[in-house]
Parts: sequence; C-alpha cells; structure tokens
Amino acid sequence: MNPQTILIADDEPNIVISLEYMLQREGYRVLIACDGQEALDTALQQRPDLLLLDVMLPRLSGYDVCQKLRENPDLPGVRIVMLTAKGREAEASKGLALGADVYVTKPFSTRELLATIRAQLGATPAA
Amino acid sequence: MPRLSLKLKLALWLLLAWLLVLAVVGLVAAGLWTELDSDERSALRAMLQARLTLLLLAALLLPFVLAGVLKLLVNAYPARALRMAEQLRVIHGSNTALRIEAGGAAEMQQLGVEINVLAEALASARGDVQSRIAEANARLELERNRLAALMSELAQAVLVCNSDGLILLYNVGAGQLLERESPGAEVGRRIGLGRSLYGFIDRRPIEHAQAEIAQRLAGQVARPVARFVTARAGRLLRAQLAPVLDPGGATVGFVLVLEDITRSVERNSRLDALLQQLTEGTRAAVANIRAAADNIEQFPDMHAAQRQRFNTVIRDEAEALSRRLESALAQGADPVRTPWPLEDMLASDLVQTLRRNIESSLGLVAGIEVGAEQAWLTVDSYALVRALTDLAGRLARACTLSALVLELTGSGRFVRLALRWHGAPLGMGQLDDWEQQTFDLDAFGHLRSLRDVMAQHGAEIWSLADRSAGINRLCLQLPTARPDATPAAASAPGRPVYYDFDLFNRPAAASELDERSLAELTYTVFDTETTGLSPSEGDEIISIGAVRLVNGRLLRQECFDQLIDPRRAIHADSQRVHGISADMLAGQPTIGQVLPAFHAFAEDTVLVAHNAAFDLRFLQMKEAATGVRFTQPVLDTLLLSALAHPGHADADHRLEKIAERLGVPIIGRHSALGDAIVTGDVLLKLIPLLADQGIRTLGQALAASRKTVYSRLTY
Repeated sequence: MNPQTILIADDEPNIVISLEYMLQREGYRVLIACDGQEALDTALQQRPDLLLLDVMLPRLSGYDVCQKLRENPDLPGVRIVMLTAKGREAEASKGLALGADVYVTKPFSTRELLATIRAQLGATPAA
Repeated sequence: MPRLSLKLKLALWLLLAWLLVLAVVGLVAAGLWTELDSDERSALRAMLQARLTLLLLAALLLPFVLAGVLKLLVNAYPARALRMAEQLRVIHGSNTALRIEAGGAAEMQQLGVEINVLAEALASARGDVQSRIAEANARLELERNRLAALMSELAQAVLVCNSDGLILLYNVGAGQLLERESPGAEVGRRIGLGRSLYGFIDRRPIEHAQAEIAQRLAGQVARPVARFVTARAGRLLRAQLAPVLDPGGATVGFVLVLEDITRSVERNSRLDALLQQLTEGTRAAVANIRAAADNIEQFPDMHAAQRQRFNTVIRDEAEALSRRLESALAQGADPVRTPWPLEDMLASDLVQTLRRNIESSLGLVAGIEVGAEQAWLTVDSYALVRALTDLAGRLARACTLSALVLELTGSGRFVRLALRWHGAPLGMGQLDDWEQQTFDLDAFGHLRSLRDVMAQHGAEIWSLADRSAGINRLCLQLPTARPDATPAAASAPGRPVYYDFDLFNRPAAASELDERSLAELTYTVFDTETTGLSPSEGDEIISIGAVRLVNGRLLRQECFDQLIDPRRAIHADSQRVHGISADMLAGQPTIGQVLPAFHAFAEDTVLVAHNAAFDLRFLQMKEAATGVRFTQPVLDTLLLSALAHPGHADADHRLEKIAERLGVPIIGRHSALGDAIVTGDVLLKLIPLLADQGIRTLGQALAASRKTVYSRLTY
C-alpha cells in the first residue's frame, strides 16, 4: 500500500517544519505549498489524500482554495482540514459552508491533530 | 374704499348744491323779468351790466361757502360714523379697553357715549371669560413646569417632532448637542420650534427607523423603539426613536432621544483592537511553539540537529510573542474597527426591509424564501440594508439580473441570508473587490464598505455556485442573538418655553404657503437699526433684532439680537433715535458675518417688519456682497394696519400709534429686538381684524398689501 499523501499549505515556516517532521515520522508522504495558488496547483497535479489548509495565505485565500477544489469534479475525495489562527465561530462556520471537512483553530495539540487526520483518512479507502 | 368714496360723494354733493342754488336764483330772476315793463327792464339791464363782475364773482365764490358748510356737516356725521365704526371693530375685535373718542355732532357724541357704555359691559363680560381661561392656563402651566423639571434633569437630548420632522419640543440638551458645529464653521444653525429636524440630522436613518417602527406596530409590538447611530459635526450620536401615538393608535410624530457616544465608542474600539491583537495575533505563534515542543517530546529519538531546529523555533517564536505582547499593550489605541451600537431585530423583518429597499431603489423584483422565522439578530439595520442593497445593485449590473430571491436559512448560532439567482456565476475575485467598494452611508459624506459593515456585525460572506443547476448564491452569515427586553421609550419631554404641540395639527409642509391661514404660519418678525436713512448712499445696518412667532405665539426666547460694526460713522439724527454709538459697535461682527446667521434664523419662515420696505432695502443692498438672498414672502404691519383701519390717517399707522390702539405694551422702543417684539404683538392683534375683512390666508394678505401700496402714493 502506497503511503497516503498530505499537502501542507501554510506560509509560516515555523509551523510547517513541525508538521512536516511529525507527519513524515507517522509515515505519510508530505508535500508543501507556501501560498494559495501553489496549494491549488499542487493539489490538482499531485492529488493528495488530505490538505492541511491555512486560511490566511498569500495570493489566494484558504477559503478560495477550498471553494475551487470543491467546485472541481476531478478531485472528489480530497479531505480538507482547515488550520487557522482565525478563531471566531463565524469563520469556522464559513469554512465548513465552503466545503472543509474539519476546522481546527491554532494553537492545537499535535496529538489531537494527528487523531483528526487519521479519522479523516480512515474514512477514505486507501489508494 | 369708504374714505375714497366719501371724498367723491362730497364733491358730487357740492356740485349738486351749487347747481341747485344757481337754478333757484335763475328761476326767481326769470320770474321777475317777465313782470317788468320795457322801461324797467332797460333800467335793470343797465344796473346789472354795471355790476356783472360782482355777480359772476358771487356765483363763483358760492361753491367754497357751500363746501365749508358741507365739510362741517360731513365731519359731524358720516365721517364721524365711519371712524366710530372702525373703533367699534377694534373694541369687539381686539382691544375692549378702547373707548369711542368724543367729537362730531351732539347726536353722534350721544351715540358714542351709549356705545362706550356697551363697551364697558362687553369688557367686563370678556374679563370674566378671560379670568376663567387664565385659571385653566395656570393649571396647564403647572403641569408643563413639572414636565419641564423632569426634562431638564435628563442628560440626553430629547426632541419631539411631528411626522414631517418639524420640531415641537426640545430640551436644553438637544439645543447644545445639535447647535454644536464642526470647528471652523462660521454660522451655527439654530434649533427652534417649527423648524425641520432634517436640517440637523440626516433624514434617511430617521425615515428608516420610522418604517421599522411602523412594521413593528403592525406586528402588535407593544412599545416599539428603533435605534440607530448617526454622525454629526465629527460626533457620533446614538439615537432612540419612539412613536407618538394619538388615542386612535395612529402615529402623529416621534420622540427622539440622542446621546453623544463619541468617547465611549473610541474607548470601546481601542479595547476591541487590543483584544483582537492579543488573540488572533498570538494564536499562530503559540501553535508554532506547541507543535515544536510536542515533536521534541513525542520523538525523543530524533537527531540532535533536528532537535536544535525545533529549539530555535521555540525560542524565536517565544521572543516574537513577547514583543507582540509589549507592542499591543503599548499602542492598543489604533481603532481597527468601530463597534457601532447594534439593535435586536427579527431576521425575517430584516429580509422584508431589505426586499422593500431593493425593489424601491433598484427596481429589481425580489422574492423571499424564509426558513428561519423566529431568529433574532443584533444589527445596525440601516447600515446593513444599505450595504446589501448596494451589493444587490452591483450583482444585478454584473450579471444583468432583473430578479433575485432573498433566501433566509437558520442553523443555531447563525442565520444565512443568501441572494440567489439563476444564470452566470460571479467572476473570480469579484466579490472580494465588491467587499472593498465604499458607498455613502448618510448625507454627511461618511463612506463605508461592505467589509466595514460585516466587521461591525461579525458577519462573513461568500459565493457558492451550483454549475450543473445554474443556481448561484451570495451567502451572508450573521450571528444570531437572544433579544433582551426592549427598554421603554423615554418618558415625555420638555422645558415649557421650548414646545408647541399644536404644530402636530399643521398641514403637510409641502403645501403652498399662500393657501395657509395667517394664524398658523411661522414668522420671523424683525427690525433693523441703521447708520442713517439712505442705503443707496452708503448707510449701513448696525443692529438686527428678530423674534419667532409660531402658531399664534411670540417665542421671546427664540430671538436674534446682534449689533453689527458698520465700518462707517453714524448720523447724529439716527443716533438720537436708537442711542447706539460707535463705541458700542467696535469689535462687533460685520454684516458679512451676521447676515448668513440671520438668514439661517429666518429660514422657512415668513418675514414680518413694520415698514418692511425700508429694512428690506438695506438687506437687498447686501445681497451681492454676502451672497445671502431673502426670498421668502414678506408681510408689512404698516400695510396690514392700513388694511384693517383704512379710516385712519398715515400718522396713525406709526408703530407706537398702532400698538396703543391695539392695546400692545411698548417695550424698549427703538431697539431692534424691542421693536421686533412690538411688531410681533401687533401682527397677532391684526390677524383677527384682517379676518373680519375676509383676509385670512397669506396669499390674500400679500395681494391686499400690494393693492394698498399702489393706492398710497405718499408711501
């Protein structure tokens, strides 16, 4: 079974470094994107199983990326976990309305995040 | 009319009498002539021929003798009767203390005495009625004073207006709040009874609030109050509007309570900004530290180099966090957004209001699908409706829509208000662009963007397209609220000198002034003092005094009294009249500063002056220099007095004579304000006398005045 692929879209290297290390140690294949447009392009090319998506990204916001992916019929199964410093309930509600599967507010426990990712990917049949 | 026709009659009678005397003398002479024989006739002819000049002279002198006799008769009887009739009209019309003066024939004098007895009886009967009225008024006054005491305790500004926005009552606080101008403004508008509130506060949010209240009244809400925030002269005002209902439940006006919230809003926005910086701004940094720490703990077997990288992340982020904390607490002052006060409203009411606004201002057909009937929102409904109407307008233009559906769905903490349409979806980045476009929120040029309004409401917006079905939505998500009990409307208002509830009964402001009754118009009665009598030769105004007359009451507190530096000498003759010397005028403002203020004071009223032509001439001379034009109708109490008392000579129409005749006390004669007050009282007395002559409306008074001007060549 091929390892599952996770795309991390965040413009802050200090969180990317931790997430990348942790997810690699857990056995996932990890891709990195530093802005919204790059995240969208990488997602369409590499078809990751899950996207860890920050809301406040340069060029194209996380909301826009989410909406574009959900409007695209070629990528039906990608799970989207929004990972953001915007903590208001209203923003979470907007993220979910635009098609995110989970909305996680920073700061978070890496253990819980891992559990969330596992739960999301477990629901998807392994490629 | 009686005066002219009397002169005419006199002339006719004179002619008649002369011809009569000539005819009688002629007939007698002819009779004698036939009796005489030829000798006697030639002797008489010789005698007469010698004295022909004398005879002709006698015939020509005769009319003067007759005129003298006739004048005596006329003065003793008909002219006397006319004058008595006029005085009688004054007695029963306005001044029962006046008595018929002695004069004329003995019989007329006797009649005068009898009439005076009758006048005495009338005066005492009216006195009875007057004292009863005075009693009732005193009771009313007491009630009013209680009300006034209550009002003056209130820190808020309170105004009561009729449905057209005319001010019926205001307290001291309202005057202070609304007369305050932005720094640099030269001329302050004055608040006053019968003035339009819309000169002070933007009309649109008030109309919006009235519509909202009407809707709540229709929905049987017991005591509806609408709130909004408006800006004026750099201040932020929170307004509460409650309806004034008549016993039948119809809305006849509204009570407006205003509060200056500029400072509290500034403070709130500082706190808000601080809170935002401390929460949103620190989340990411804490997340970075926590993730790095978790990794170090979770994977103890990691390489030393890897561990060092995580340690660096922790140290850098912790230092950045400390700096951010310091700077947030240090500045804390930058207002990121202004938390404008919000009010509770049913989501479905908001959608109804939005629909009406979209249909009336954009001409779009808007359907409604409501699935969250009882959800309450906390909103600034005026700003929100304006913002969404603006958005719908942009949407309709971009996608060439003629119809859309307002869809309301609720889900616990939020309701979503969607603009739904069939057809082309929105272009990429379009909504983002629209969110930043500004629209004007009110008449004072305050601009807001959809993004500002959303931030104010904690709202979110996004667009969704179902391409296969061709259905598109712009979703606006608003947090729901639990409405707290609506506070009762502020209990009633006002300092007694500042109100006039009869204004409730005034007809719509838009109706033609000419059709309005003299008794119900709002007047500015004014007078000027000048350096001399010739404006065309450079004489200038040195004092303007004016007082407002509203609904038959002279409002002495609402007056205008200003000395003016004429920048030239005062004629000695004029100074003797008004007693104003050059020293008193040094340092006073110039006419260029005063005239705009007086213009604002007299706005929307009828101007009144005694011998108005004189004062107006001075004002008109200044039109070019000051750019101020007085275009409103003008009444002249001199002409009105001549209309009411045509039997009196010109000298009897001087202000003090009229005042004396009508029983008006004279105060401070020859000060501009004093004369204005006397003129105002005179006008009040003249109105019923004019009504006796069928002159009831402004139009009739103006037309009759014009005729009088043309008939008075001396004027």
